[in-house]
Amino acid sequence: MIDQKVVSPEYLFFEAPREEMFITGSEAVKEAVKRANVDMAISYPITPQSESMHLVGDLFRDGYLRDYYRGESEFAVMSAVAGAAMGGVRAFTATGGPGTLRAFEAFSTWAGARLPIVCAFMTRGINSPLSIQPDTIEMAFMLDTGIIVIHVETAQELYDAILKSFIIAEKTDVHVPVGVFVDGFFVTHTRDKIKVPSDDIKLPPYNPYSAPVPVMDMENVPIRHMRDPFVMKSNFISYACHASWQQEILAAVERSRKHIQHYFGSLIEAENQDAEILIVASGTAVSQSREAVELARAEGINVGLVKIKSIRPFPTKEIKELSSNAKYVIVPEFNRVGWLAREIKASINESDKVISSPKVFGGMTMPPELILDEIRRCSK
Amino acid sequence: MKKDVFKISPCFEDIMPQEYIELVRENTSPFDNNQGVNGLGGGKELIEEHPLCAGCGLALSLRMILASLPNPEDTIVVGSTGCSAIAFPQVALHNIHSLFGNQNAVASGLKRALKLRFPEKTKDIVVIAGDGATADIGLDMVMQSWFREENITTIMLDNEAYANTGGQESGMSQKGAVLNMAPTGKKFSKVSLPEIARESGCAYAGAVNPSNIKRFEKMVQRAILVAREIGPSYLQVFAPCPTNYKLRPNETLIKAKSREKDNTYPVKEYISPTAQEFLNKLEEGKHNG
Repeated sequence: MIDQKVVSPEYLFFEAPREEMFITGSEAVKEAVKRANVDMAISYPITPQSESMHLVGDLFRDGYLRDYYRGESEFAVMSAVAGAAMGGVRAFTATGGPGTLRAFEAFSTWAGARLPIVCAFMTRGINSPLSIQPDTIEMAFMLDTGIIVIHVETAQELYDAILKSFIIAEKTDVHVPVGVFVDGFFVTHTRDKIKVPSDDIKLPPYNPYSAPVPVMDMENVPIRHMRDPFVMKSNFISYACHASWQQEILAAVERSRKHIQHYFGSLIEAENQDAEILIVASGTAVSQSREAVELARAEGINVGLVKIKSIRPFPTKEIKELSSNAKYVIVPEFNRVGWLAREIKASINESDKVISSPKVFGGMTMPPELILDEIRRCSK
Repeated sequence: MKKDVFKISPCFEDIMPQEYIELVRENTSPFDNNQGVNGLGGGKELIEEHPLCAGCGLALSLRMILASLPNPEDTIVVGSTGCSAIAFPQVALHNIHSLFGNQNAVASGLKRALKLRFPEKTKDIVVIAGDGATADIGLDMVMQSWFREENITTIMLDNEAYANTGGQESGMSQKGAVLNMAPTGKKFSKVSLPEIARESGCAYAGAVNPSNIKRFEKMVQRAILVAREIGPSYLQVFAPCPTNYKLRPNETLIKAKSREKDNTYPVKEYISPTAQEFLNKLEEGKHNG
């Protein structure tokens, strides 16, 4: 193993001197995992994720990880990562698009078993019909699996979010998986300037005995351990147990709010929030929106911008407050279903002021002019 | 596992059940007494009750497998959806019931994690799953764990049907069997998984039934010890299903014996040369010792 000094998360995140790199989003994943003190990573190829897990494999070769292998499918990889986490090690993997759907059943069980896995989801279109292009529709499916959902905009945020997510996922009062979602190609395959601390420091190791559920290692008294076997009985107590356990997972996700606030600064970021027209977006749609805001200002239209960083837990209270004075809330998205607009509509009183447009999908880029058109319509 | 974790809190001494007092004070723990199948019925067991049907071959086999574990205090069982999953909550071992068919993938991650955390200790990972989970929905992950030479033991409880979901045809049902989802009879033969296991990299592969208790114990122990030291192993256990095949509860073992006798479910054992050498040393040592 490579010798790296263990430092506190606070030092690594906020205090350590950083140097600038000009790298792709995939390489940002490598830089994060290099400093994350990950025990095991398991990989399976799918575009646009493959390169990131190739690079994690290189980290294993170079002695930054203790175990790594290529599994046989996304479902098998997500299952194996679950096994590793149940065995008490820090585990990482990544997937995207159809891979996310192939593995889908596993994510709910990660949450159900309260496993502190961190997975990077590099989003891409789903095969209807076949596409390998950018699209965030898979996030719509993932919202109710019970995992924490972070949506990043840039390679810098991707780097920071992966490291911070391990620390949040492993908090005893949280201890549920975190999905770090990043828009495939737009971030994974483009270069950007990012700042990282030196690579001779790393996070403290995971302590499996800090988990609120027993680690499956036969080192503690063998009582009935996993949460699901005891719901395998058809009686009233099992129904009550299952219902209360589902609520417990939701509550664990809620408890992550304070940690997300601490490590990410906030669940949302807002600028010019008192404007009558607000654009609310997540991921790279925020970048396009920022350009549209500039164009609108040049035309003398006052527009505010809200960036949502945490989708689960959803910043319901913040969005409700921010949008209370707005006449229009424009939600541009890189998918056809408009899942973020649905979330926002469900969070505020006057849902008819939410405009679920522009929706761009199938891999097309989003010209800021499309967003500007919506702004112009609202400003009339 | 440290066995001295079993203790009685002094303030509860006067209200503890007698069997728990015996467990702690008179050393009746199944973790302390490697009595094997001889010890069945003589003290605390790793499974004492089960919620399965009367005469269930799977319940009997599971009980015998657990009694045969060479290292129960450091054994983790990975199961899958099926009848056995309903019995696992009664088993006094850490056990993982994940999803349907992904048991060998979960076991791969778990085994590697425990190797990292306990490099000096023996932690046996034993997959115990039904025939649907092993030969049908999970076959990909079962075989891939063999290809990767994971140090895990896979034990199939073969009742020749998807039993817990209501008696559907499985890959292990006999050709011609009329079952749910095979209304005109199964169209293809029983999957020959011991042979597939042998060709897929298992150092030990076998098929057995619970009618001969000492032979059964020996094969379970061989499968686990080979997986610990040499490479992946597979054991297929014929566990007749009285409910779906309309047997009387007392006919389970008769069925197992007759299927062995008429060669429709023969006992098989394939051992790789390296595994054979290892077992020879071990078993000679036992005889001499």
